[in-house]
Amino acid sequence: MKVGFLHSLIRKDEKFLIEEFNRRKNVELVMIDDRKLSFTIGKDSFGLDVVIERSINHSRALHSIELYESAGVKCVNNSRVATVCGDKLLTSIELGKQNVPQPEVRVAFTEESALQAIEEMGYPVVLKPAVGSWGRLLSKINDKDAAESILEHKTILGSYHHSIFYIQKYVEKNGRDIRSFVVGDECIAAIYRTSPHWITNTARGGEATNCPVTNEIAEISVKAAHAVGGGVVAIDLFESDEGILVNEVNYTMEFKNSIATTGVDIPAKIVDYVLLVGSN
Amino acid sequence: MAECPVCAADIQLPDDTVAGELIECPDCGTELEVTSVNPFKLAEAPSEEEDWGE
Repeated sequence: MKVGFLHSLIRKDEKFLIEEFNRRKNVELVMIDDRKLSFTIGKDSFGLDVVIERSINHSRALHSIELYESAGVKCVNNSRVATVCGDKLLTSIELGKQNVPQPEVRVAFTEESALQAIEEMGYPVVLKPAVGSWGRLLSKINDKDAAESILEHKTILGSYHHSIFYIQKYVEKNGRDIRSFVVGDECIAAIYRTSPHWITNTARGGEATNCPVTNEIAEISVKAAHAVGGGVVAIDLFESDEGILVNEVNYTMEFKNSIATTGVDIPAKIVDYVLLVGSN
Repeated sequence: MAECPVCAADIQLPDDTVAGELIECPDCGTELEVTSVNPFKLAEAPSEEEDWGE
């Protein structure tokens, strides 16, 4: 089987996947650096059975997947998953359609309407860019003074997409959240991410420890994964007083800190899934 | 063997190193990208962009 490996920088996560693919028989791995790509619409023929997308840039990943799919190449993840997960607003819509529990979310497009929405929700809230990752530019807003200031800054200093105000009710998570990993129909592992800071991303210093996959975690994780289109995704979960809530779903998941932590061979599970998609 | 473009340290790279791989210079700690494996060449890793992430 011929597997395209779409990448830019090769981090430890990608290295684990490359090593795993190389261990498999009858797999030819074709490395595709997105910085060197050029597509000819309607005329490309790649001769690949499947592409695994591991680009670090969301915009390149999404558009490359669309281009490969338009040329008849299957991708993991597919374009629907990348589109939905790449935009928190679309993710919330899809989770809502499938009745997956999530924090209250409101969306507004002007300073005035956003401030009114925040006042109605009550403080604190978290303002997030609809497209963004690794906890960048998240703002926890504790009062009206901060809300007015941040909304004004975003409007004046940000590009237009920073004026799509995605406002999430702040969930008190007592210093930790859960990151679960879903491959296909299975929740394969989960970690706690613990931090004294309200942002618990491991990219921002959150510490990873194993989280036993309970039935409740598995069920909501798989439901969230299916809501965004399935595939290989990582789900961020809050343990709230009302039960587990889905915060975000990530489609180019990072797992390097979670293999030893969970004892689960995450790259092997991903490679199994990619080869399954490629053989269908 | 390759030279760190920042501090000029000699860096030994394992045989399974691939193009595009991120490494850290053991001397100065700079994050580097392996831009070529035959021969080994290193450059400072690109800085984070707005749409980088998961």
